[in-house]
Amino acid sequence: MPYLDHAATTPMLPEAVAAMTAHLGVVGNASSLHAAGRRARRVVEESRESLAESLGARPSEIVLTAGGTESDNLAVKGLYWARRDADPARRRILCSPVEHHAVLDAVHWLSEHEGAEVDYLPVDAHGRVHADALREAVLRNPADVALITVMWANNEVGTLQPVLELSAVAREFDIPMHADAVQALGQVPVSFADSGLTALTVTGHKIGGPYGIGALLLARNATPVPLLHGGGQERDVRSGTLDVPAAAGFAAAAALAVERRTDFAGTVGALRDGLVAAVTAAVPDAVLNGDPDPGGRLPANAHFSFPGCEGDALLMLLDARGVECSTGSACSAGVPQPSHVLLAMGADPLLARASLRFSLGHTSTRGDVDALADAITPAVERARNAGLATARR
Amino acid sequence: MSDFAGAPTAPRLRVLAAMSGGVDSAVAAARAAEAGHDVTGVHLALSSNPQSFRTGARGCCTIEDSRDARRAADVIGIPFYVWDLAERFREDVIDDFVAEYAAGRTPNPCLRCNEKIKFAALLDKAIALGFDAVCTGHYARIVDLPGGGRELHRAVDGAKDQSYVLGVLDAAQLAHSLFPLGDTTKDEIRLEAERRGLAVAKKPDSHDICFIADGDTQGFLAKHLGTATGDIVDADGTKLGEHEGAYGFTIGQRKGLRIGRPAADGKPRYVLDISPVTNTVTVGPAEGLDVLALTAVKPRWCGEPAAGEGRYTAQLRAHGEEVPVTAELDGEVLRVRLDTPARGIAPGQAVVLYDGTRVVGSATIATTERRTVAV
Repeated sequence: MPYLDHAATTPMLPEAVAAMTAHLGVVGNASSLHAAGRRARRVVEESRESLAESLGARPSEIVLTAGGTESDNLAVKGLYWARRDADPARRRILCSPVEHHAVLDAVHWLSEHEGAEVDYLPVDAHGRVHADALREAVLRNPADVALITVMWANNEVGTLQPVLELSAVAREFDIPMHADAVQALGQVPVSFADSGLTALTVTGHKIGGPYGIGALLLARNATPVPLLHGGGQERDVRSGTLDVPAAAGFAAAAALAVERRTDFAGTVGALRDGLVAAVTAAVPDAVLNGDPDPGGRLPANAHFSFPGCEGDALLMLLDARGVECSTGSACSAGVPQPSHVLLAMGADPLLARASLRFSLGHTSTRGDVDALADAITPAVERARNAGLATARR
Repeated sequence: MSDFAGAPTAPRLRVLAAMSGGVDSAVAAARAAEAGHDVTGVHLALSSNPQSFRTGARGCCTIEDSRDARRAADVIGIPFYVWDLAERFREDVIDDFVAEYAAGRTPNPCLRCNEKIKFAALLDKAIALGFDAVCTGHYARIVDLPGGGRELHRAVDGAKDQSYVLGVLDAAQLAHSLFPLGDTTKDEIRLEAERRGLAVAKKPDSHDICFIADGDTQGFLAKHLGTATGDIVDADGTKLGEHEGAYGFTIGQRKGLRIGRPAADGKPRYVLDISPVTNTVTVGPAEGLDVLALTAVKPRWCGEPAAGEGRYTAQLRAHGEEVPVTAELDGEVLRVRLDTPARGIAPGQAVVLYDGTRVVGSATIATTERRTVAV
């Protein structure tokens, strides 16, 4: 089955399955003081140390969470509250308009309920934020900025952000900056120490680890207000019984994702280039969204608009032929909306709805790309007819 | 399943099953799949701002309904998608509903939805995407004629029969329709849903108008049309009271007239006429509702148009009784004479002609001829 939706989730690595299952049947709360508790704690701390090494961080900078959405919320809301509470003038959030909904909706909620003012940073036609634009936004009043949040790589169109340049601006003004690196990890180099960031989001299931676990990498001097109150297990900023098996599986997956990153980027990048060439050959007017320079986008990402088609019709037609992909946009009640990412990049709303994301992963083969190449032409033809048939008569 | 394509009894069709999240469309999809068709389930998102949960028995496109439809598709084992037809639904059904009321008529939005959405926008898209037919949980029967062609008939469950709101379908639409429930009663469908392990087996029936979630049609209309005080008068033009918008009334309505004085003869009074131009509501005795004849426009025929004068039975409103009539097509106007007077007939509703259980055609009632009051 040609699975071309690895950016949604990717199969667990056998090593991660083994690491996780080794602990599923063993008792022990990592916060307990007896031998079973100490055993569990040891697994968590070894996982934390492994994650720290994989991510270029110190073990104390790893805050384990339930995944990317929680990490993003903790960073955005927690840092906003902490900064505002320290100085009520700090209410401005500088945010890219192409963020994942876990960031975008958290920011929106803060503006609706917590007095935040949001400055959406301008992006270019590839969805990229430029450092001078960030500087300009900060300079409007450096004293009132609560935080900056810009993702490392876009989940829809795969565009890489100049995170190091952006964080240099943030540090110059001593403003905390968060980046969601959920899609970037394992595809491009991600080092927390080198990033200059205050907070960084990663998650397990996008890199061959388990669902339901992620981490917020958090500079040691950062003290966000917690979202979850309770036992304070994670540095007193995150409460909840530690998930020992998931931590072990996550750490194993992260270690392999980082170790294999160069090979992965080479192999999958070549497959992706083949996919782009095949789709463009089959559908000459297909528009590749995001940075056309392979160095400017995730190696596993390809994202197209197919003029005259509806993305959801195309997805169904490909699904019926066994090719699994995504419209790449968020669904509310399963109703497809035009992608906010494409709209922010200046795309026409109709063209935005005509889009599909193909994302590759560690199990992808040339056969997957060939299957898409075979299926895409009849699917596009049919979807175009359907687009004409449903247009107003 | 590919060997089924050669089965002699029924061709294997690519079927798009419209799944509302209710029990009927779920069983219809299951039956189509069991018959060997290649079925794909689609839930129509008809509201651009769906409510999270159903409230009472109303509404049909909440997020909960979408989930119920998805779960049914899982159990049946068919692919499932949500299609956004909210914009078309608003233009063709909701805006039409409001405009009809504003014009003093009484529309049937379910009929309009079948005509414009399910068997037009949806069917067109389905055909273009390679499907052969649209399957719904409507209670009606399609009879294939030996020489080709199809007839639409009433369902065997007279209480659930929905042929009235399907009478607008023409031969081309019928040719691509599948109604697997027409030969079964609703009670049996619920039992069958239970047997099939469909969690919606006990879900309450939906009633009323799906896009008016709280059931307050008057409030909905007031929101869209505003309020305008006008007179309530009797047949002589004598003012009896005031109202806040003529569109808020339906021919035959008795309750909520808020007329202070009782009628001289002490009998109840009913809405006899609604005039949006003068914003006047005319009331009178029940006999004033007796309709002897009517004209109807925009006729649609299930097959060949009936030539000359014919004898039929007619259904004149949803869930209404059948009455014997003589009908004749005069150009584009259908003229219908009732054997015995009937009440509660409002312009905007459909007149559906039957020959036995067979649907002959449908048209929209334009004018009525009354026994005692000509309006």
